[in-house]
Amino acid sequence: MERPLTEYIQPGRPPLDLKGYEMTGGYAAVRKVLRGMSPAEVQQQVRDSNLKGRGGAGFNTGMKWSFVPMGRDAPGPKYLIANADEMEPGTFKDRLLMEGNPHQLIEGMILSAYAIQASVSYIFLRWAYRQAAQLLRKSMEEAYAAGYLGRNILGSGYNLDMHLHTGVGRYMCGEETALLNALEGKRATPRAKPPFPQVSGLFGKPTIVNNVETLCCIPHIVNKGAAWFKGLSYSEDSGGTKIYGASGKVKRPGAWELPMGVTLRQLLEEHAGGMKDGFTLKGVLPGGASTDFLTIDHLDVKMDYTSVAAAGSRLGTGTMVVMDDATCPVGFVHNLQHFFAQESCGWCTPCREGLPWVEKILLSIERGEGREEDMQLLHMHTRLLGPGNTFCALAPGAMEPLQSALKYFGEDFQRHIKNKKCPY
Amino acid sequence: MIIYKQDNMLTEAEMQAIDHEISQLPHKKAGVIEALKIIQRHRRWVSDESVEAIAAYLEISPAEVDSVATFYNLIFRKPVGRHVILLCDSISCYVMGYDKLYGALQQQVGIRFGETSPDGRFTLLPNACLGCCDHAPALMIDEDLFRDVKVEMLDVLLSGYK
Repeated sequence: MERPLTEYIQPGRPPLDLKGYEMTGGYAAVRKVLRGMSPAEVQQQVRDSNLKGRGGAGFNTGMKWSFVPMGRDAPGPKYLIANADEMEPGTFKDRLLMEGNPHQLIEGMILSAYAIQASVSYIFLRWAYRQAAQLLRKSMEEAYAAGYLGRNILGSGYNLDMHLHTGVGRYMCGEETALLNALEGKRATPRAKPPFPQVSGLFGKPTIVNNVETLCCIPHIVNKGAAWFKGLSYSEDSGGTKIYGASGKVKRPGAWELPMGVTLRQLLEEHAGGMKDGFTLKGVLPGGASTDFLTIDHLDVKMDYTSVAAAGSRLGTGTMVVMDDATCPVGFVHNLQHFFAQESCGWCTPCREGLPWVEKILLSIERGEGREEDMQLLHMHTRLLGPGNTFCALAPGAMEPLQSALKYFGEDFQRHIKNKKCPY
Repeated sequence: MIIYKQDNMLTEAEMQAIDHEISQLPHKKAGVIEALKIIQRHRRWVSDESVEAIAAYLEISPAEVDSVATFYNLIFRKPVGRHVILLCDSISCYVMGYDKLYGALQQQVGIRFGETSPDGRFTLLPNACLGCCDHAPALMIDEDLFRDVKVEMLDVLLSGYK
């Protein structure tokens, strides 16, 4: 089984430096592209590979790039941005990739920037990832010194600068248009679309924002081809491998690179080692805090975009949070809503006013002060804060674990209200 | 121990650092977040005087600077202690019992979330997911990350920060 993204990552050991990375075939894709592939060819290859965005939305990456204006008359400078603001609770896959093989990300960014003919690139990194910041800074310096970044890269005439921006903490920065505002030094509130960032993004110029894991796939696609990448996957709906992860009371929490489309059961039982002794599985958020619960009835669901959606949830970031039978579902969901209420940027009313209300209702139920009509209020909010009523996806995302908790664990909510205390 | 007033002029070093950041941007105003980070690195937190100093330097209104400063979680608009403890309170750490750590920290340092110890040594803050959920519960002290933290470890851990 091939693991292209993590083959050279050894947790606990320092990552490959430039020399080591080159010895494993690193930067060969940059040489290949700059010596004989047009930007259009790179775009086409990525499109053919069926790589879909690993940040959660799951849009075809090559297609996303194809909306960038190209040619001599295209406005510039164009920007390529790595979204490394990993802040979805329960998600830790991009940290692994950046700490484990920083040059892989840089190479992926150079290739992607070339494909859209961007001349400036940014890594928008979470403030908390101090080690990743250090490693990326050092690797960028090495790449500049070796001529992979800067002016006239490898004598090709192509120029690309790369900057590392560390954020100051806000979940909203992960939303691509809010990220652009943050990079411009503003509050990270989302922008209206259209215009889409591909046409008018950072400082009003054409911009692509891609997730770290997405970008790390690019060198491998360029080296080994679209058909090979497609073949890595067990699923029709997306090519490649996926970094899956699990946290919570499982025996071996962690992250693993596996073919896209392994089942939830394989992940939980084979890779996470099953539940810790004395605990049984009650529910799973399959792709981070803003995805609907799956339950023990969904263990044979394939973890790809289409199958998880058919089961009523989203693949999201592919890193799952496991809820055991000793954890109170009301407390669990309250914790999530506390996060979302706190991180709401306040730009649109349903989210700003609705989420704190939801949080308060859940807290009162958890404390045994809930009333029968609170259940109706919660149901109502899952509709009012759902898709179509808010400016961005934050509130609808927040409603996903709530609506599915009401559906699957409604009895737990009722018991809190009836017995006037938390039964856990 | 805690000084509540700061200089309303930027120092030479602060200005140089801000100039360096601005030089890479299309316009000065885009440097607000970087300027706030620089001031906080030098002064530990960002006072009203510092907000005014940044505003004057970047030629924008203090309200604009403050709107950005108050938006981001890790820009401190109130004084903090010499060391800031950021305890992750997000979902994986919730499941793995961060509340036990919180209880122990309250006892050992004598402060709750949002408070600074009277000797100015520690400020304790809740923090959203630190991105090491497979090693929950986790916390950061200043720039250092600690994973799989147990109550018994806190004593030794805190003793490293004077």
